[in-house]
Amino acid sequence: MLTIGLAHYLTLGAILFVLGIFGIFMNRKNVIVILMSIELILLAVNINLVGFSAALDDLAGQVFALFILTVAAAEAAIGLAMVVIYFRNRGTIEVEDISALKG
Amino acid sequence: MIALTFYVFAFILVACAVMVVTSRNPVHSVLALIACFFNASGLFLLAGAEFLAMILVIVYVGAVAVLFLFVVMMLDIDFVKMRAGVQRYAPIGAVVGGILFLELLLVLGTWQFSTDAQELRLAATPANITNTKAIGRILYTDYIYLFQISGLILLVAMIGAIVLTLRSSTNTRRQSVEAQLARLGAVESLDVPLRQGVRMDEVLRRQLPPPPPEAPKHSEHGGHH
Repeated sequence: MLTIGLAHYLTLGAILFVLGIFGIFMNRKNVIVILMSIELILLAVNINLVGFSAALDDLAGQVFALFILTVAAAEAAIGLAMVVIYFRNRGTIEVEDISALKG
Repeated sequence: MIALTFYVFAFILVACAVMVVTSRNPVHSVLALIACFFNASGLFLLAGAEFLAMILVIVYVGAVAVLFLFVVMMLDIDFVKMRAGVQRYAPIGAVVGGILFLELLLVLGTWQFSTDAQELRLAATPANITNTKAIGRILYTDYIYLFQISGLILLVAMIGAIVLTLRSSTNTRRQSVEAQLARLGAVESLDVPLRQGVRMDEVLRRQLPPPPPEAPKHSEHGGHH
């Protein structure tokens, strides 16, 4: 309990991941909070990777985490740009209203 | 001491994550997200990933979280209406999250390292070298293609975000080069006489009448006109 090992990081990652999933279910109407929940999930993945990297003395995990960070930043930028133009066109960002592509 | 630090950071991280998903005000959600990233960066420091910790603070707190804050404050959204279905959705989310967490704990309980995990490492951490230097050594050599591709992804994301949000404003006057060139008589072709020029004081000089013939006064110059 007093020595911090891989299991601590993995448990923390699991808790964060589940909180992110819970956030997606709970804030089903608000796209912005859903995007923030996705950021939480990606942060959980990064914590797992860094935990493994520290446990195995393998730097590849940190490099992977760096790439995940990059892709997450790109995803947030594109997602928020889409939210902005959707709000401009429709005046709402409720997820249930986003059904223009439905046949 | 390290254990205590880990538990403090982890507890604040989880508490802030709970605030992110349950807060009524999205601005509070974004601020909790910023706190989350700070605490995760502290945990990265504890795990020995100093470079990643600093990058997390710079990229997430400095750019992504501010972007979220900017969008939340820019859009005029009725957040009270947004919260309408929360009571209905929360139990479903709790059930799904609980099942997922139990599954993850099952995986965590039964999983163990391979016996030759030490030999299967991709890039063993070199000794007597800083974390940033070690990452730089493999990032620019072994992972150079992935590095370039991630740069390309960022470029595409930047162009995509600009293209998506750019709109041509109707109340600004812009230069239209093709309309200017298509205008009748806009461009005039002149036959410029040698050594006379066509403009004087930036005004187009029309064809002058020929000067009256006068007696040559500057005969000493040799008549080079």
